[in-house]
Amino acid sequence: MILALDTSVGTAVAVVEEDGVVRADLASANALGHAEVIGDLLVAALGEASLGPVGTTSAPEPVVIARVAIGMGPGPFTGLRVGIAAARAFALGRGIPVVPVVSHDAFALGILLADPFADVPRFAVVTDARRREFAYTVYEGLDDDGLPVRVTQPALIPRDDLDARLAALGAERRDALAIPASMIGVAAARAVAAGREVGPHDALYLRSPDVTMPAGPKRVTP
Amino acid sequence: MSAREPLVLGIETSCDETGIGIVRGRTLLSNTIASSMDEHARYGGVVPEVAARAHLEALQPSIAAALAEAGVTLADLDAVAVTSGPGLAGALMVGVGAAKALAVSLDAPLYAVNHLVGHIAADILDPEAPALEYPTVALLVSGGHTSLLLVRDLTTDVEMLGETMDDAAGEAFDKVARLLGLPYPGGPQIDRAAATGDPHAIRFPRGLSRASDMAAHRYDFSFSGLKTAVARWVEQQQAAGADIPIADVAASFREAVVDVLVTKALDACAQYGVPRLLLGGGVIANRRLRDVAIERAAAAGVEVRIPPLSLCTDNGAMIAALASELIMSGRRPSTLGFGADSTLPVTEIQVAEREAAGA
Ligand SMILES: [Zn+2]
Repeated sequence: MILALDTSVGTAVAVVEEDGVVRADLASANALGHAEVIGDLLVAALGEASLGPVGTTSAPEPVVIARVAIGMGPGPFTGLRVGIAAARAFALGRGIPVVPVVSHDAFALGILLADPFADVPRFAVVTDARRREFAYTVYEGLDDDGLPVRVTQPALIPRDDLDARLAALGAERRDALAIPASMIGVAAARAVAAGREVGPHDALYLRSPDVTMPAGPKRVTP
Repeated sequence: MSAREPLVLGIETSCDETGIGIVRGRTLLSNTIASSMDEHARYGGVVPEVAARAHLEALQPSIAAALAEAGVTLADLDAVAVTSGPGLAGALMVGVGAAKALAVSLDAPLYAVNHLVGHIAADILDPEAPALEYPTVALLVSGGHTSLLLVRDLTTDVEMLGETMDDAAGEAFDKVARLLGLPYPGGPQIDRAAATGDPHAIRFPRGLSRASDMAAHRYDFSFSGLKTAVARWVEQQQAAGADIPIADVAASFREAVVDVLVTKALDACAQYGVPRLLLGGGVIANRRLRDVAIERAAAAGVEVRIPPLSLCTDNGAMIAALASELIMSGRRPSTLGFGADSTLPVTEIQVAEREAAGA
């Protein structure tokens, strides 16, 4: 089974089976506080997973986590890092691999799987990047491995410029207010099944750290 | 868990050092530190976001290196420990997230502890030193903090007597170094420049040391006025067309810092009738501070303890050591519900201890 985490928007933890069956899919209502809630969410997700697939009453298989899938962003840095640090530490503790996933891919996958018979037109997953910017990624359909096809890579754009940009790309705007960890897990499962790496090894900060170069000593005498 | 000599891994990410320590009881097995100091050098000080990013990258390799050095595996651990605060919030959160997930993954108890009290616990790991006696006054000086503590018991009773009202002493060294055109980090640079200087050449102010300060700030520190005084003195020299005697300025500045630190620490020893002073924090690496503290303490009948310097700078071993003491004294683990607390008071030695079963 795959333990999946994402802290690029809120804090979300899921457990999915390799074939995509969701065992647990939890999220914190607290949009911040990633570090506070991550431990209890992990325990709750693992506990729920042991009860069997969501919505069934069949006798469950024991939960053996073989991989940890992690949303690498884009997302506000402080929170994003909590999930990545947790995913890597959990994987280290169990001696299992980490599978990085682009967080927007998970939201896109959720849209594309919602109605398998619908023909979903090109769309953009949009998340808040703070500082009057959005992060967006444009998608169109699923590839042969069942993974969402990125038309553009994750990028930042001033909020006021987003709609014009999406119009130019012919993409509908889909604002993501939460990233479902279950879809992080499903994307990871599909990537692993296809023998592909679909996410980056490093966090998708998309922005350099804020630093001000020292401008030489300030005068203190008038 | 073996309460006699628990095997504990400690994670420390409160500032710019990613520290992973492993102890068994009071025995140090690994003190692995990855520092992002070089990345901060060109900015002249620790940049929180740069530090937090570096922690994320350094954690996993540092844990692996510490395990290898200690010759243990994660499955052997009796507990995981982590710094909950005080420190840089974003940096702390990386360690907290990792520690919680590691503890859940291993099904191991987790101890969330106080960074400042960890600095005191570092002393326990010194195999040469006799047992820590109580009460003791502790002076902790680094780039992130300058605190004077009264330690009645490491695991149950630590009181903050005073702390800096503005810059930490280490920050003051960095800022004055920059003012003198010396690179970061300032401590070793000022030290080097001061070697040939006269510490009494210029009389710089001792912050919060006037009689009128004694009521409210007897044990508090302030270094921003000192930094401004140095800047003003340098500017006046420049305005007069004189060369700046860097060695004398560095020596006199350092003397002002050392004097106020040692004076207040020994004053606390006298006022509380405590003949013991423990030094900790990265600035203790400053030779002049150690020498003056030892000399003046001896004159005052106060015994000085200084942990090995590798345990004075921020590190994970001190966090593991504190948790080990908590475990051996019968404390329960922390819940998983705590967060990073950038202003965690020193009275909170352990954070979020679980309720006793059935309580
Ligand atoms: Zn420290």
